Amino acid sequence: MQTQHRLSVDFPASAITNAIQFDLAGGQCIVIRGPSGVGKTTLLRKIADLDTHDGRIAFDGKPQQSFAAPEWRSDVMFVASDAGWWAPTVADHFGNIDDALPLMARMRLDTEKLGLMPHQLSSGERQRMALIRALTKKPSFLLLDEPTSALDQETTTLVEDVLMDFKQQNIGLLVVTHNDAQAERLADAQITIVKRDQP
Amino acid sequence: MIALSPLELAIAVLLALAASSLSILLSLGFHRALVWSIIRMIVQLLLVGTLLRFVFSQNLPWLTVLIFIAMLAAASHEVGARQGGRLRGPWQILVSSASISLSTTFVSIFALITVLGTKDWLQPSHAIPIAGIILGTAMNSASVSLNGLLSNIIGERSAVEAQLALGATRWQAFSPLIKRAVRAGTLPVMNQMVGAGIITMPGIMSGQILAGQDPFEAAKYQIFLMLLLSASGVASSVAAVYLTVSRLTDECHRLRLDRLTS
Repeated sequence: MQTQHRLSVDFPASAITNAIQFDLAGGQCIVIRGPSGVGKTTLLRKIADLDTHDGRIAFDGKPQQSFAAPEWRSDVMFVASDAGWWAPTVADHFGNIDDALPLMARMRLDTEKLGLMPHQLSSGERQRMALIRALTKKPSFLLLDEPTSALDQETTTLVEDVLMDFKQQNIGLLVVTHNDAQAERLADAQITIVKRDQP
Repeated sequence: MIALSPLELAIAVLLALAASSLSILLSLGFHRALVWSIIRMIVQLLLVGTLLRFVFSQNLPWLTVLIFIAMLAAASHEVGARQGGRLRGPWQILVSSASISLSTTFVSIFALITVLGTKDWLQPSHAIPIAGIILGTAMNSASVSLNGLLSNIIGERSAVEAQLALGATRWQAFSPLIKRAVRAGTLPVMNQMVGAGIITMPGIMSGQILAGQDPFEAAKYQIFLMLLLSASGVASSVAAVYLTVSRLTDECHRLRLDRLTS
């Protein structure tokens, strides 16, 4: 069980959207929805400090700028829907492979996959492995961009179960999804981003 | 040394033109570029020959330095030219010139003082060709390295960002790309060294032998220069890659592809 943390997010209005303001507590899941192009992925990237922004984001009240960026991202971790790979084999992307094995079993990924090159995995296998890669780093908050977009219903359920378990351990989840049923299953609260009315 | 007559040069031009007609025949589309390169090469070399004849006759240190600076400026421009992408604004020329100037200046001064001694080290007939060879290698290495880095970065974007997102520093995230780029930049120098004398007769040595120098003396001279070339090639390649990566990222360890232009 992790100690419970709080992530505060406060973005001023932009040309596309009104101001976006919310707090995410550890052990809570907020789902972000909205039409394509409204900036959902960009919002997650800004919260992870991967894109420059004019928002105010804080971890337990301490502003993002007061952290070294790698330290911030180790704790507030963004996972892209098609996250990249950089080393020869899948296993090379993991510090301690033992942490990954139980999660792989739960998401029905054979251990043989570890010895393969990333491009030899299917897109759904890569998506699950990228999620596991992030989970083994034990962040306090996970920012997930369409985490099950490449998965069938059965594996989606397995992944959601794992996410729910992490939530139980006080991990905060911020999830972008286009899947209504998934939003219902995961969310403690939902935020819908709408395009601002053009004057 | 056997002097060439204009007739002999004209025959060589015909040979090169015949090669470019292959491009027309096989519709490979490089004849324009080849003919343009031939014209440029002839004009440039004739001008340089004339200019150097004048500079050598004057033997003025400031003139030697001025020529060196002009060569640096041209090489800095060439490093940034013909790349898949460039750094926006003045950054490309700054990175290019900083990386080749540092390595070339340092290695050239070392070479000249070693060979010519502190008194005569700016004697143009030695200083200009030696600086030119060193500069050429520095330019090639920096250029090949940057080509590797800049043409890969767009495709490797998600790989770099995945590492950053997991908490890597910009240097950790770029380390596979940095390794590949520096290796590519230093490969020509290394190939030149391992092939020297067996696969190719190095330019300086050939030139000295053609000019009547003893082959063993020419070999020693070539060894000396090759060692300097390897130093300047590695230095300019490393400098170009690290300076470019630091500009393609920021202090917050973000990937800044907005600082790149095609």
